[in-house]
Amino acid sequence: MSPAELLESWLETRVPASALAWLRERLEDTRRGASEADFFLAFGLTPRKTGREPLSLGDAERASAEAARPGWRPESLRVDQAARTALLLSLASEDEARYVGTLERLVADADEGELVVLYRALPLYAHPKAHRGRAAEGIRTNMKTVFDAIATDNPYPSEELDDAAWNQLVVKCLFMGTKLIRVQGFDARNNAALAKILVDHAHERWAAGRPVSPEIWRSVGPFADGAVLADLERVFATGTDVERAAVALAIRHNPNAEALVYANRRHMDRWIAAHPTIEAIAATLPD
Amino acid sequence: MHFIDPHIHMQARTTDDYEALARAGVVAVLEPAFWVGQPRTNVGAFQHYYQSLVGWERFRASQFGIRHYCMMGLNAKEANQEELSELVLQELLPRYLGKEGVVAVGEIGFDDITAAEEKVFRAQLEMAKKTELPVCVHTPHRNKKAGTSRSMDIAVEHGIDPARVVIDHNNEETVKEVLDRGFWAAFTIYPKTKMGNERMVAIAKQYGARHVIVDSSADWGVSDPLAVPKTAKLMLERGIAEADVQDMCYRNALAAYGQSGQMAEDDWTKPAAVDQRALFEGNSVLRGQDPSVETAEERRARLVIE
Repeated sequence: MSPAELLESWLETRVPASALAWLRERLEDTRRGASEADFFLAFGLTPRKTGREPLSLGDAERASAEAARPGWRPESLRVDQAARTALLLSLASEDEARYVGTLERLVADADEGELVVLYRALPLYAHPKAHRGRAAEGIRTNMKTVFDAIATDNPYPSEELDDAAWNQLVVKCLFMGTKLIRVQGFDARNNAALAKILVDHAHERWAAGRPVSPEIWRSVGPFADGAVLADLERVFATGTDVERAAVALAIRHNPNAEALVYANRRHMDRWIAAHPTIEAIAATLPD
Repeated sequence: MHFIDPHIHMQARTTDDYEALARAGVVAVLEPAFWVGQPRTNVGAFQHYYQSLVGWERFRASQFGIRHYCMMGLNAKEANQEELSELVLQELLPRYLGKEGVVAVGEIGFDDITAAEEKVFRAQLEMAKKTELPVCVHTPHRNKKAGTSRSMDIAVEHGIDPARVVIDHNNEETVKEVLDRGFWAAFTIYPKTKMGNERMVAIAKQYGARHVIVDSSADWGVSDPLAVPKTAKLMLERGIAEADVQDMCYRNALAAYGQSGQMAEDDWTKPAAVDQRALFEGNSVLRGQDPSVETAEERRARLVIE
């Protein structure tokens, strides 16, 4: 089943019959080409009709979501967000310019909750490449709720953003307090320019006497060479055990770091044993 | 004691104010759309303003653990720019009245009491009927008594239940008629001019708490964002019953604007999981105060607003 069909089937058992009937009529109207004004109104009114309970998907339902759209994570949606997403997926998309224009106008008038839905739906839209600018623009928000809708549990950024926008997303996670573990495709999109930015970030934080997120070493480790190896040595010498584990995990497969690994090999096993995965490292950070 | 400030223009206020409001026990604020101190000259300026009320300002408030609601409307001053006001009424307001957390059409009504203002007021009363939203009426500073009566006459003429209309910026001269006709009577407590909170205490003693609402209307001018909690404290000191103070500084605003279906006590007493995350972040903003914040606190400490 497609994401649109899945959303509708999940809602069948989770919203009152009257809300379901209302939603089905709106979906049908939209598919038949209802006016933009009617669509905007339906999109806005949805939470009043459906309520705001969590969608609470079971394991089989999550698996069907992954099958329909790899990386899509609807399990944390509420019913109103699922219904709004279904409405977005009922928009006619054959005419790309018109489709993108409608989405742009929705964003221009959107409230905070609507923005969250519009950005979480990025991986589901037709014409995926047409939304790159919108996604990059969305990353500039200062609303954490909206930023997280793009950056976390969302396959779109790693699939579509160019390196500059991707690197901006990762760095902004640090400033927004968003855990990098929740960013999909992190290792696949890791790059030397990002590693350099994050090393500079660490230096700024050290200069200011402020803590550095241990999650950055996952990016830096594979590219570490030259002066950066000295930075990593500094973490081994003076960092917390979590930071040491993060560096140790990140440099294991970097041939340029062999000497550093060799010199610290006795400690590294102990540090990694205490925090054996990037998930364990992320779990030490506040939500 | 918890408070609601049902009329405050947070967009014009600083984070110091949000911190002070949270510490004083204000759990929710209502921000009516109004003018921004100078006339807007194109429809895009209104669009950005309205969007910020349902987006950025709401988020900003959540960072301090405060629930932010807003009212959508075209204010009386700018109603006089007729071409622009037509665009706002026809193209923008219908798109924003249905947004989440929009608890009323407001603040609308009269400023100079012109024909253009009346036309825009009437059009927005019709929108309030269509969207089943309460109304917040701004009463004029000049020719207040006549303007207030006329605003109520027009609302009644449009078949709007007075129990769904808050008449704001009342004073000793207007309050009796407003209450007698079954409208909600809101009082804006201003520093230095107009309505101070000692006068508010006297009004509360004379008229009681039924249908009476206290607000600050704090904006970009000289105003006190703590007007509601300060007035509540003064009322208690002057011997007004706690239940009555709660009505005037919390419950009545909730009753009046809760008629929108967009605002309920659960919003702040039992926030949804997603919202709680935002609140917790807000608390982190409140940690680690620096001394300058305390200075701002001292500045605000004086209880009486005259």
